Amino acid sequence: MAIRERDPHTGHMTIGHEWNGITELNRPVPTPVWWFLGAAALFSVVFWVLMPAWPLGDTYTRGLLGVDQRTTVVQKLAEAEQQQAGWRRRIAAADFAEIEADEALMRVVRGAGSALFGDNCSACHGAAGRGGPGYPSLVDDAWLWGGAPESIAETLRVGVNAPHPDTRVSEMPAFGHDQILDREAILQVAAYVRSLAEPVSAAASHSQAVAAGKEIFAANCAACHGDNGQGNSDAGAPNLSDSFWLYGGDPQTVFRTIFYGRKGHMPAWEHRLAELERKILALYIRDLRSWPEGARR
Amino acid sequence: MVAQLTQFERRLALIIAGLMALCGLVLAAFGHRDPIGVHGLIILAAAIGTMFVVISGSFADVPDDSHLGRYYDDPIKVGVVLAMGWAVFAMAVGDWVAWLLAYPEMTFDAAWSGFGRLRPMHTTGIIFGFGGNALIATSFHVMQRTSRARMPDQLSPWFVLLGYNLFCILAVTGYPMGITQSKEYAEPEWYADIWLVIVWVVYLALYLRTLARRQEPHIYVANWYYLAFILVVAVLHIVNNLAMPIALASAKSFPIFAGVQDAMTQWWYGHNAVAFFLTAGFLGMMYYYLPTRSGRPIFSYRLSIISFWGITFFYMWAGSHHLHYTALPHWVQTLGMTFSAMLLVPSWASAGNALLTLNGAWHKVRDDATLRFMMVAAVFYGLSTFEGSFMAIRPVNSLSHYTDWTVAHVHAGALGWVALITFGAIYALVPILWKRQGMYSSALVEVHFWLALAGTLVYVFAMWNSGLVQGLMWRTYSASGTLAYSFVESLVAMHPYYIARAVGGLLFLSGAVVGCINIWMTARHAPGTAQDAVRDRPLVILASRSLEPGE
Repeated sequence: MAIRERDPHTGHMTIGHEWNGITELNRPVPTPVWWFLGAAALFSVVFWVLMPAWPLGDTYTRGLLGVDQRTTVVQKLAEAEQQQAGWRRRIAAADFAEIEADEALMRVVRGAGSALFGDNCSACHGAAGRGGPGYPSLVDDAWLWGGAPESIAETLRVGVNAPHPDTRVSEMPAFGHDQILDREAILQVAAYVRSLAEPVSAAASHSQAVAAGKEIFAANCAACHGDNGQGNSDAGAPNLSDSFWLYGGDPQTVFRTIFYGRKGHMPAWEHRLAELERKILALYIRDLRSWPEGARR
Repeated sequence: MVAQLTQFERRLALIIAGLMALCGLVLAAFGHRDPIGVHGLIILAAAIGTMFVVISGSFADVPDDSHLGRYYDDPIKVGVVLAMGWAVFAMAVGDWVAWLLAYPEMTFDAAWSGFGRLRPMHTTGIIFGFGGNALIATSFHVMQRTSRARMPDQLSPWFVLLGYNLFCILAVTGYPMGITQSKEYAEPEWYADIWLVIVWVVYLALYLRTLARRQEPHIYVANWYYLAFILVVAVLHIVNNLAMPIALASAKSFPIFAGVQDAMTQWWYGHNAVAFFLTAGFLGMMYYYLPTRSGRPIFSYRLSIISFWGITFFYMWAGSHHLHYTALPHWVQTLGMTFSAMLLVPSWASAGNALLTLNGAWHKVRDDATLRFMMVAAVFYGLSTFEGSFMAIRPVNSLSHYTDWTVAHVHAGALGWVALITFGAIYALVPILWKRQGMYSSALVEVHFWLALAGTLVYVFAMWNSGLVQGLMWRTYSASGTLAYSFVESLVAMHPYYIARAVGGLLFLSGAVVGCINIWMTARHAPGTAQDAVRDRPLVILASRSLEPGE
């Protein structure tokens, strides 16, 4: 079948084989292909001479430039540390009040804090720190463990109900589930608790229940939440007389909270973030409140 | 299907199915506390189903010798149908996970519906289900035609095709149950891997036996590529899947490699799966269907030679570029990067050889959507191989790695090159197989072409944008030297691109559905050719010595 034919379109001969109608032209490899191949090979050889490239038993050719990815990383980290050294030293040395008063340092806090907060906190507390059911909002005025920068930094360090030796511990008992209070009593105390936050509407509709609930509250709840439900930030007991609710302030949710109890959890960050990073976060979180709604940075 | 088999082949088919049923029964019995038991039942059901088909077909007369004067095309028809079925299934899953990325709450709180389990259903279904069936079907066609010889027997093509699909089913049904080796593109567990080795060895033997019967003095280029595909995939598959099962009644196994050696073995496999499954095999497809459809001689035989050996040699070294800036030693990364750069030359030579072959037939490219599928595929092949070599350069990789740019690159190759060349080949093949004058509707081929091209472009541009935005956000620093963006901010930035990507995927999927309808109508309703094409016959006169029937 080796019959060479001339292709009328290109004028080239075929190589003389034919497979079910397919033929091939006996055309030389276009010169640019050789140039291209030569250039790619030359680039590779030069690169091998300059960089670590070929294995030699238990070692390898190091390359004339002496580049190594390990030393490059170490060097770049040192450079980055150098670049940040100025403000790092100042933030580490100053106390919270001084930093909050220093607009230049607060700009750094907002920049560095944004990425830290986004990567570590926003999964629970939301990208804007507004929280959600069970996850406290960080932009309102209610603080379970105190809103002073030192308190926030300490909460970040040890966490809440976390596996840290100094962890903050807080647990609301399951009054219904553990049969401390019966259903009727829980309904009454729930009505009273709701009346603390919204005195007018709740008191008007359930005045008898509220009165009974007040008694139960004094006996069972006041130890942690205070006589007037104003909360206790040493025990992580929320203020019940403000308009902020961690799990929700509707009758059903308040009932559920009292019946089954609550035990929130926040990780301890001492071994995951450096002290300076936690300090920046505490400052950043306090600063979040002053931002207009919807603003990102 | 069974009517074409000789008496001996029918008995052998029964014995094989019986042995498989036994294996399935053993797995189901001993593994009833493990997901492997479900796979035992699937194997048992497949084997019993096969036995029923073989037994019910065994009453048909044994074929006389006249069929030996024709090519054996029945398994090819089934392969084309299976390929299109897998295409629709796997593209649908792909689009599902694309929407899932844009709306992550779409999992219904179930384990099977998470991204981690659905995503390998998409990749396995599309690469191995769609791509693999298309490769097997077209290779059966190409090896017979370019050898001018019928396949040596009727049983092994069925064993290869159906056995391979059993592997795909075991893979895809395993993921929702949580069965995986956690090796990308090599997820199926040890028992499925062993089964694939058996199937693959029979495939290699079938290909070599057909080539040995060839009536042409030389072996055509397409066969080089198909053979490289079969041979190298066997080597890759065996080495990367070396693993020790924790028990014979358990689906779980552990690889024999550990740490960075395991990572390097995996990406040596992963990159060469791209090279020899998704490139070499489909180049074989292109080298047959593009010249036959355009009626043009190959631009340059010599260029074919350097392309082939360049691709087979350079690709083997390039896998380490998947592990830039990792625990992998720097020198291995340098080698991966430089060989990836050199790889561009034979890749572009192949794409150029295909496009220049069309000189003198460009009017056909304009008029014939089937040929245009193949032309655009060659263009995307050139684009994505350039992109691949570019991304393998370490500093470029530091921007592109772990971003959607990689996803854009993969899909420029998978949609633009692999799927388009396959659709072109299938539209060329279907009228030949079913002996029709042409496809049922060339307008529908045209619709499919534009849907596929639009889908590819929307997908790839969305992911290019998303990848660059991601990569740049991750390396943007503020004046004080801290990262400017948190990770979640880069996720928010990707959201619109993810929606665009899912829309692009939907376009591509609709094109495949249109293709399925067209193929169905062609097989059922298109007008047939008046006479059996005399050229489309093996050279039996010269082949009298290989004419003895199967037993």
